Amino acid sequence: MSKLLNSKNRRLDGRKLDELRPIKMEVGVIDNANGSAYIEFGRNKVMAAVYGPKDVHPKHMMKTESAILKCRYHMTPFSTGTRKNPAPSRRETEISKIISEALEPAIVMTDYPRTAIHVYVEILQSDGGSRCAGVTAASLALADAGINMRDLTSGCAAGKIDGKVALDLDEVEDMEGDADLPMAILPNLEKVTLLQLDGDFSHKEFIEALKLAKKGCLKVYEMQRNALNDKYFGNGKA
Amino acid sequence: MASKKSLVVEYLKYEQMLKEISKGKRIDGRKLLETRPLSIEPGVIEKANGSAKVTLGNTEVIAGIKIQTGVPFDDTPNKGLLIVTSEILPIAASWAEPGPPNAEVIELARVVDRGVRESKIIELTDFCIVEGKKVLAIFVDISVLNVDGNLFDAASYAAVAALLTAKMPKYKITKEGEIEDTGKQIPLVTKLIPVSTTMALINDTIVVDPTLDEETVMEARFTITTTTKNSICAGQKGFPGGFSLKQIELAVDTALKNGESIRKKIKKSVELAQKK
Repeated sequence: MSKLLNSKNRRLDGRKLDELRPIKMEVGVIDNANGSAYIEFGRNKVMAAVYGPKDVHPKHMMKTESAILKCRYHMTPFSTGTRKNPAPSRRETEISKIISEALEPAIVMTDYPRTAIHVYVEILQSDGGSRCAGVTAASLALADAGINMRDLTSGCAAGKIDGKVALDLDEVEDMEGDADLPMAILPNLEKVTLLQLDGDFSHKEFIEALKLAKKGCLKVYEMQRNALNDKYFGNGKA
Repeated sequence: MASKKSLVVEYLKYEQMLKEISKGKRIDGRKLLETRPLSIEPGVIEKANGSAKVTLGNTEVIAGIKIQTGVPFDDTPNKGLLIVTSEILPIAASWAEPGPPNAEVIELARVVDRGVRESKIIELTDFCIVEGKKVLAIFVDISVLNVDGNLFDAASYAAVAALLTAKMPKYKITKEGEIEDTGKQIPLVTKLIPVSTTMALINDTIVVDPTLDEETVMEARFTITTTTKNSICAGQKGFPGGFSLKQIELAVDTALKNGESIRKKIKKSVELAQKK
């Protein structure tokens, strides 16, 4: 088994156990979209765009009392080690669904009856944790589109590597590590709206990872606020 | 599940449901953290390598296992393949239609897959015949026969019981390097038993093993798979609602506890089936 931690508990990329990868966020990157955002989460490069609220197709999907949210998470063929078939995989279908469900509680859906809001998340390069980066970018794009929202959705994963709970696993750590816990929260409403888990956690480790992931999400939230401030107020300070 | 809009829980029923839940009870008389009666019957399909029929309340599913040869993935040349699929058969509900699986059904299969895979119930390296060339592929196909909520747990119990009682073909490699079926069937080596527990959040209260009526009105859903009384191997939150951290902690405690009692039931049903 390869070692992911050195004797000083430093990770392969030099990070501490509770350290995030370098994160960059930019709001308003796609001219044609109603709202958009670009995120780099370590080596993950993610572009999200929002179109709508607009007409619903097919019509029978329409809800008379609220909007519907249609979300697509998609990986480009060049985003992975070996080429990814561009057709949507079962994994992408599942992630699209859970991202949509993580975003929806933050949106005031009843403000847009009989419409559809389309959220597209394109993973340009993936390196572990792309769903958290994706949901974070999507939430920024929704805010950028001027859609009424109760809160942002902020995503970050925690996991377990070499038996220790760690924040924000990259691809190697996810593959070689013991467990992964992707999470997204609504920071102000204090709700967890995305949570998945795979690997092996004891009860204690799970609680520890849950709290660590929350901390990471809150840091991501600060950066999201800064990115929105940058575009709309030009000062970058929340 | 699937198209809930045609399954409107009447308003009165909903009111009653909320009233009962606020009193710590459910509309069908259960307590909040109580599961429905569960029966597990392994070995219902003779032609499958392994199978099990599970009824959980009125929810009914069959899992069948077929094991045949296949080609390994490039990045895991010494591992067999585990493929989990699910289908809600058109007989299972008035709104169920034949056709390609929708997102709900794909999620169902993937959550069952994750629970089984991450638990290490089987070691995929046991299913390698010739490294990089030939391995065994384990197909776990889940057919839902009747829908009354909590397909996740029913499907998971069926898949696990089927794996525990499954037999695989024994292959040998001849002097010429050909792979030959010996015609013998040997049981799989199984280790930890994963148990999935699904909970719904209704009116900000957690209830275990939701019925279809309860799923129709739930705000969010959380499935946790445990392997022992202190270890968790998989989890999935679904539906557009959110949990507080406190609720998640309660859910994990509940899943660990429920896991132990269901694990006993699965073991018992498997032992009973093996005696036959």
